[in-house]
Amino acid sequence: MLNKNFYLILIISLVFAISFWIGFNVNLLPAEASINAPIYDELFKILFIIGLIIFIGMTIAVIYSLFKFRKRNDQIGDGIALEGNLSLEIVWTIIPSIIVLLIGLYSYNIYDRMGGMKELNHNHEMMSSNTEKIWAGISQSSDNEIALNNLSIEVSAMQFAFLFNYPKGNFISGELHVPVDQKVSMKMESKDVIHAFWVPEFRIKQDIIPGQPTILNFTPTKVGKYPIICAELCGPYHGGMRASIIVEEESDYNQWFNKNKKPEVNL
Amino acid sequence: MTISIDPQKTNNESLQPKGWLRYFSFSLDHKVIGIQYLVCGFLFYLIGGTLASAIRIELASPMSDFMPRDVYNQVLTLHGTIMIFLWIVPVVNGAFGNYLIPFYVGARDMAFPRLNAVAFWLIPPSGLMLVASYFVEGAAQAGWTAYPPLSITTPQSGQIIWILSVLLLGGSSIFGGINFIATIIKLRRPGLKLMQLPMYCWAMLGTSLLVVLSTPVLAGTLILLSFDIIANTGFFNPVLGGNVVVYQHLFWFYSHPAVYIMVLPAFGLVSEILPVHARKPLFGYTTMVFSIMGIVVLGLVVWAHHMFTSGTPPWMRLFFTIATAFIAVPTGIKFFNWVATLWGGKISINSAMLFSCGFIINFVFGGITGVALAQVPFDIHVHDTYFVVAHFHYIVYGGTVFIIFSSIYHWFPKVTGKMLNEKLGILHFIITFIGFNLCFAPQHWLGLNGMPRRVAEYDPQFQFVNQISSLGALLMAISTIPFLINVFLSVRNGKNAGDNPWNALTPEWLTSSPPPVENWEGEAPLVEEPYGYGKEISEQK
Repeated sequence: MLNKNFYLILIISLVFAISFWIGFNVNLLPAEASINAPIYDELFKILFIIGLIIFIGMTIAVIYSLFKFRKRNDQIGDGIALEGNLSLEIVWTIIPSIIVLLIGLYSYNIYDRMGGMKELNHNHEMMSSNTEKIWAGISQSSDNEIALNNLSIEVSAMQFAFLFNYPKGNFISGELHVPVDQKVSMKMESKDVIHAFWVPEFRIKQDIIPGQPTILNFTPTKVGKYPIICAELCGPYHGGMRASIIVEEESDYNQWFNKNKKPEVNL
Repeated sequence: MTISIDPQKTNNESLQPKGWLRYFSFSLDHKVIGIQYLVCGFLFYLIGGTLASAIRIELASPMSDFMPRDVYNQVLTLHGTIMIFLWIVPVVNGAFGNYLIPFYVGARDMAFPRLNAVAFWLIPPSGLMLVASYFVEGAAQAGWTAYPPLSITTPQSGQIIWILSVLLLGGSSIFGGINFIATIIKLRRPGLKLMQLPMYCWAMLGTSLLVVLSTPVLAGTLILLSFDIIANTGFFNPVLGGNVVVYQHLFWFYSHPAVYIMVLPAFGLVSEILPVHARKPLFGYTTMVFSIMGIVVLGLVVWAHHMFTSGTPPWMRLFFTIATAFIAVPTGIKFFNWVATLWGGKISINSAMLFSCGFIINFVFGGITGVALAQVPFDIHVHDTYFVVAHFHYIVYGGTVFIIFSSIYHWFPKVTGKMLNEKLGILHFIITFIGFNLCFAPQHWLGLNGMPRRVAEYDPQFQFVNQISSLGALLMAISTIPFLINVFLSVRNGKNAGDNPWNALTPEWLTSSPPPVENWEGEAPLVEEPYGYGKEISEQK
């Protein structure tokens, strides 16, 4: 009897050990290049480990049953007439409920740190009025203390391109240039069908919807060039609808900005 | 209450064609209709599978080089629509439901046999119409979700045919749902209590409630969408002041429950198959019933988790996270109960058992990624990527389709009186299981690393992993060959099965195989313990 329990405990600890080892050592995610990315990866790691424990455990239970309880050739008759076990069933109702609740609370915390629960505002000087209803989006991460200035950009999407309007410089660019470690605030609207703005390295995505502006705020943390991918089926060239976001040092950014800046036209 | 046989119906029965021709007739026999659903569904599965192969060939290279881009979008739209509306939903509900439910409740047929036949005969024309729309102006190309404004701006004829076809299929589904509810509630044999019904009846009762509650919403939505397309109304057209997000709410109010319409019957079927081949009672009957009903209730209030990156306010994202994650609890109970059913049994390792165990492993995996996807911050990164594609294929293919095959191996002797070949069956399982996991497991990585779904071209760094996935798809295509050979050989030359080859206790096995027209020669037997393995033997002695 002791032996049986010993093996059970051994197997359970092995499953935990393997899951934790894989969870901490196998990286399935791309580079982290925004403030949101490490927060996301923290959540991912936790979910990955819990998922591995459950999956490996269940798989072992199924395969073990198939071997251990398979019908030998000489056997006839049925297995034990066990119709249920209320205390066992209560246990495997309550434990998953607690796990699910804890995951939910934890992911709420993560979402809050990403700025998801913040009031949606786009601090844009040219924004017409307060009456305009912002529908959805992600506001700024509350972890963000580095960001000093706000860079406001208006994004418009159309089949099959993104356009980035820099209202302060009065110009439109097909490439998104942003300075590193500064908060970027984007107001996005589509000219035709639904598109989506996704930067995998930033772990952020927001649909761009015709008729309803959406907000996306982020703070890049790593200099480099990253793809902007449309993630909502938008027509035949959907797969080719990409742009680049170039995160650069502030001096490089200012140089680029001043080169493209156009004088204000007063009409 | 005894079931009286309508004399007029008996007359009709004698006019029905006999032999294989009856499968092409407007038959009122629930068993014939069940087989019609199954074979028709399987033919569409072959079409949908061909389309899937075309997608995987296109994605074997990063360039869009196998077919024109708009054709690619038509192919993925038809693949999704056919697999959902013409293969999985009609087969797990219509085929097995029609064949088994009257046996399980002890009736001679469904409550409304003519409605039943109408429900089936709506399917072939709407399916053919959908496939034929390719030859008009091109088929629908806005994805199976048909989000406006894309679905309003793409070529109209394809989209309108798609809407008509889905409306007909939805109608068929509603007719079927009403029929199942009426049959399970009203046609039970005298003395048979609800809590003595085999689990598949409960699964079908829950599923049919979802069908009847949510499918009309889809129908209404698609009618409004068709007005937008042909009559220039502005329900969902932002140019005319419409709201595109409202469409998504209405669409997912049906289409999330549709996932449960596809998996709950599979949960029911596996609950029938496991006890028979493990020679043990179904573990935790009562909790199984409550968890099915729990999934039905929760399933109706989780739809917006498909819209976390769309126009949804933060509080709504949070509510739907919690509701969705909690579906894991009743679902988890069912999986623990199935493993407990295996535990301590005398398990026959055969094709039906292997496909059922494959289902448990695949579905647990898909369920885990599902709980992760329910978390808003997690979903924001992977929404609309190959991660989601992998997740839902683990649910609908690794889950439901594995159970469809398991059920075919289990009930083939019932329907034909012949056994399927076990060696070919196990070969079929091995190729399917390896091919399936090879095809879809790597797609999780693709999604996490930046490959969106529904694209014909992608970043070259993803080529190798996509080729592994395509290789898996090739294996899945190959796996149908031993299955088809097995079915054709066994129908003609299979070993005689006898009436009850598995020594099963559920009522469908207590008549001859194949069963007579009205199911039993005499009175329907009263089966109070459909899972009484272990103790039944001692009582019989």
